[in-house]
Amino acid sequence: MAHRIEISLKEQVRDARGERIRREIEDFLHLSVASVRTIDVYSIDAELSQEQLEIIASEPLCDRIIQTYSIDKSAELDFDYLVEVGFRPGVTDNVGRTAREAIEYVTGCPLRDGEGVYTSVLYLLKGDLAAADVEKIATGLLCNTLIQRYRVVDFATFRSGGAKPLGVPKVTAESQPTVREIDLNVTDEELLAISRDGVLALTLEEMKIIQAYFQDSAVVAERKKLGLSEYPTDVELEALAQTWSEHCKHKIFSAHIDYHDENGNREEIRSLFKTCIQGATKKVREQLGERDFCLSVFKDNAGVIKFNDKNSLVFKVETHNSPSALDPYGGALTGIVGVNRDPFGTGMGAKLIFNTDVFCFASPFYDKTLPARLLHPRRIYEGVVEGVEHGGNKSGIPTVNGSLVFDDRFAGKPLVFCGTAGFMPAIINGEPSHLKNIYPGDLIVMTGGRIGKDGIHGATFSSEELSESSPVSAVQIGDPITQKRMTDFLIRARDRGLYNFITDNGAGGLSSSVGEMAKECGGCKLDLAKAPLKYSGLAPWEILISEAQERMSLAVPPAKIDEFLTLARKMGVEATVLGEFTDSGFFHILYNDKTVASLPIDFLHEGLPPMQLRGVWELKKHPEPRPVVKPDYTDDLLELLSSLNICSKESVVRRYDHEVQGGSVVKPFIGIENDGPSDAAVLRPDLESFEGVVVSHGICPRYSDIDTYHMMANAIDEGLRGYVAVGGSLDLVAGLDNFCWCDPVQSDKTPDGEYKTAQLVRANKSLYDYCVAFNVPLISGKDSMKNDFYDGVTKISIPPTVLFSVIGKMDDVRKAVTMDAKRPGDIVYLLGKTAFELGGSEYSALKGFIGNRVPRVDAESALKRYRAYHEAVEKGLVVSCHDLSDGGLAVAVAETAFAGGLGLNIDLQRVLFAGVPCDRRDEVLLFSESASRLLVTVRPEQCELFEEVMGENCFSRIGTVTEETLVTITGIDGTVVLRGALTDFKEAWQSPLREL
Amino acid sequence: MALAKAIVLTGNGTNCEMEAAHACRVAGFDEVRIAHISELLYGEVRLDDFHFLNLTGGFLDGDDLGSAKAQANRLKYARTSGNGEHLVDQILRFINDGKLILGVCNGFQLMVKMGLLPALGGSYLDQSATLTFNDCGRFQDRWVYLKCNPDSPSVFTKGINGGIYLPIRHGEGKFLVDSDAVLAKIESLNLSVLKYSDADYAAPIMDFPLNPNGSTNAIAGLCDESGRLMGLMPHPEAFLHRTNHPRWTRESLPEEGDGLILFRNAAEYVRSNLL
Repeated sequence: MAHRIEISLKEQVRDARGERIRREIEDFLHLSVASVRTIDVYSIDAELSQEQLEIIASEPLCDRIIQTYSIDKSAELDFDYLVEVGFRPGVTDNVGRTAREAIEYVTGCPLRDGEGVYTSVLYLLKGDLAAADVEKIATGLLCNTLIQRYRVVDFATFRSGGAKPLGVPKVTAESQPTVREIDLNVTDEELLAISRDGVLALTLEEMKIIQAYFQDSAVVAERKKLGLSEYPTDVELEALAQTWSEHCKHKIFSAHIDYHDENGNREEIRSLFKTCIQGATKKVREQLGERDFCLSVFKDNAGVIKFNDKNSLVFKVETHNSPSALDPYGGALTGIVGVNRDPFGTGMGAKLIFNTDVFCFASPFYDKTLPARLLHPRRIYEGVVEGVEHGGNKSGIPTVNGSLVFDDRFAGKPLVFCGTAGFMPAIINGEPSHLKNIYPGDLIVMTGGRIGKDGIHGATFSSEELSESSPVSAVQIGDPITQKRMTDFLIRARDRGLYNFITDNGAGGLSSSVGEMAKECGGCKLDLAKAPLKYSGLAPWEILISEAQERMSLAVPPAKIDEFLTLARKMGVEATVLGEFTDSGFFHILYNDKTVASLPIDFLHEGLPPMQLRGVWELKKHPEPRPVVKPDYTDDLLELLSSLNICSKESVVRRYDHEVQGGSVVKPFIGIENDGPSDAAVLRPDLESFEGVVVSHGICPRYSDIDTYHMMANAIDEGLRGYVAVGGSLDLVAGLDNFCWCDPVQSDKTPDGEYKTAQLVRANKSLYDYCVAFNVPLISGKDSMKNDFYDGVTKISIPPTVLFSVIGKMDDVRKAVTMDAKRPGDIVYLLGKTAFELGGSEYSALKGFIGNRVPRVDAESALKRYRAYHEAVEKGLVVSCHDLSDGGLAVAVAETAFAGGLGLNIDLQRVLFAGVPCDRRDEVLLFSESASRLLVTVRPEQCELFEEVMGENCFSRIGTVTEETLVTITGIDGTVVLRGALTDFKEAWQSPLREL
Repeated sequence: MALAKAIVLTGNGTNCEMEAAHACRVAGFDEVRIAHISELLYGEVRLDDFHFLNLTGGFLDGDDLGSAKAQANRLKYARTSGNGEHLVDQILRFINDGKLILGVCNGFQLMVKMGLLPALGGSYLDQSATLTFNDCGRFQDRWVYLKCNPDSPSVFTKGINGGIYLPIRHGEGKFLVDSDAVLAKIESLNLSVLKYSDADYAAPIMDFPLNPNGSTNAIAGLCDESGRLMGLMPHPEAFLHRTNHPRWTRESLPEEGDGLILFRNAAEYVRSNLL
């Protein structure tokens, strides 16, 4: 029987957690609760003396200044209902893990096999509640039943002693681990059933390729020698399913596409990835010639570029959408600590220097009914924000840049983009750090966390749409501390030259990491029985594909293995030799010395023929709003400032540590009251130097409703624009693309697949065109292609979305520019021309329209303008600069003004306009989202120099900074068309998400 | 010439070790060692060889049992290999030798929960205060004005004129005491070195966001009676250069950030008293 220790706050101590829960019950569930108090419960399933229990309870578990403890009996409790929430068996319990270690320090010896510590939380509710209300609170807020269990007890039952505790969630082995063989000599329907029932996500065509392979007599003979039958084992089938999953194989981006444009022209595209993405980088690198700064692109876990002669910069952005839909907290936490391992597992391993986060959600105030399986957007918002907060903050990596994008279609699947950059010496132990090699005979070593059933089928599950029956086991909870310990250790091992190769265990687990590594040297031999498990009872195939977190796989030369394992042990990190790399040509897997899988590396990695897709493009015509001419637009601006996509996200940003590591230069919020929105982040990765890293991003899914070609172009321009605004150099800047699409494969479930495929083609063509035109190489990226919800009745597809992340350098951070107006009397310039481009704009959305006039990017003129602007920055001529994006000029003017606490007088007559005269209206000049524009302020005495540097580029003086705390905009007929106090604009901008 | 030596303790979730070490170097320490706790446990590094111990910010053990609780437990019970002494005994010897300890954020939480602060009457290891969840219920990263108590015995804050401006980055920074008597003692002995204040460093402030966590008496930093042990929630190592300041692009600021003075004073003290 487990011991139960309860830790309660003393009565007079404020219960911040309880208060927050009480507020959330009101906000989410519209139930009124008088009070919520919380109690932490530790269930200790171990043999301990009473004396030991007393020490454990009173010292590590209880803060005696504010808390009291009770052992094996409940404290006197006062409540109407009690809800206890604990984890389901096998779910990562970080607090339980730490408590276990604390106990082991106290007793001086480790817990025995099978012993454990499990945590739960008691919520004591007081108020006029019915049993059904409490059930709703339990399942609708306190407990995510996918990963947690709960019990509800009313006070009378509790007093009578009739309440049963939750019991410890110990995983008990159901059976001896066995290996099954699967007979594939069956009908097509049965083949499909095997795929579906096993969550293999393999198509009939793919199943038939596997079937044919195992029918080959040469294969059968070869297998016989190893003691394998003609049937594939479950280990083999799972390894193939994982390797061939959309998530890992990127089948859609590798597909052969028969593309038809709107004029009926046909084109055969052989892999969008090869032609558009890799193709763009190849072309840009040619253009850069000797100035090429790419070191490792598209071949490692993250892209590597040169920062200076001494250091390299590593960057990767991932998505973690499907898990975040099911368990927002765990999914997002795993997303951030997962992407950390990408730069960490790139080259010989990089120190992590910053995170970026971009979330796409439906409105947190969504009030329509949702399909049963979908969580409310507000819950997703809260969970994701908190998951990334814990993941990033606890890892000691500053979160420097990000955004929140809202569209109600993201109710179908939220998008959670997490990025991480790393910094590594260009040369480590005499070798370029971005290169690595495996040699046959090197040992396969796994470090970090243990393997459990968590995250089984993550790779295959995220390759399908979300549905009622999405598997529970696909969800994992990250553990940033286990990972931090591992990375602390591995950086030291790296510097001592203790390994040859390192990679991350992410989607697909060992199957993916070791499978990819085996490709490098031509084979591997791995014994799954050697892998350390969280609990017994895992089948060999589960060990192979489990996505249990916080693990890296390495190739360690036999001569270094003792030193490697010793250092690991000293630093409290588990490291285990699982086998060795070979040149046999086979992915050879054993379990207790018996072969359970043997697949040729070639078949595993190259056995899948390209998918065939058809894309048919048509330009959809949306209703066009009637032009508006009115005397005053102040209310429109106020409304825009309060729109979810434009309003301040400060309440979220302040929850992320954006300054740890000490190199923060341009923070997310700046200005006279530290609350104006930065365009990009600048930081110093090396505190001994003033060279800085600049990072920004662009994302504009709204434009996809008109044309994904221009959506992509605008995302690239937006990313670059913010980057350039703060002072990023155009000579060392790279991009990263993250595609999140709705399923483009034509099927009964997706009758518009050909259009969605064409949208994908258009976006990729644009990506190629604009990267080449801007001379920005792509260094890494990722795609997530199944962002739909379908439960048989309702289908929700996200708008096609691309996050374009930009990373680069500035030579001297002391020249960085922020967006806040700085001094009365400064002159305001608008760089770039404005056109009648309200299609897909925030302003049109406000009026209920999509429209058709999507902003078009003229890369050639933009690049010249950006270069001239950068020269002005280098010469110290720019006082402030803010990029124009959502909401156009009016929003940028208001933000510049209130961030600086100074007024702006703007004259629309002076705004350069591109287009026919009748389109030149105040409405257009104020709110059009034309690309490549920057709002700049310059000291009057430097205007001449500034204008000289800007030269022939289109720009115009449009106003001045004033001492008044007012924004005044004069329209094209000379009368004031917009006027308001800074405080009103700021309040409109800050209020919508302030309390979230 | 004898060397002024600083050590920055890391491992199990600390994460400000690089900038803390940088601060020590810039401040004039001749030798700065970032030591993983395992190096102490295996006897490869000994506190006795240093003059200034930095307990830096981070999330020790994920703050899973309450901030820094698990580390306090580890230091108390873990034995070093070799002579088998508890790490806490090395720390007590360090204190008795008249050396300096600065705890920042998680390091401050650790010192308070181990009883190293305020340690009234020199009763180290006797916990009489704590740091717990911010009143706002959330982690916060924001800059705060810290009014400095000129009468405090702290060796770290000598020469601070009025106050300093630093970022806080924590979820558990609300300072609470065991009893009114403890608080009275803290105030009468001027151990409350730094208090959250208005921008002019005129008066302590209890209201969010200037006081980001609702700390008792707006206490942000605390020292012991010797003044050689100090802890604070804000991060001095995060403001070493003017470009760290959130408004450096609009204000004229000295090249050096406000946080450096704490480390300079430490180096100065070591040179004058311990070498």
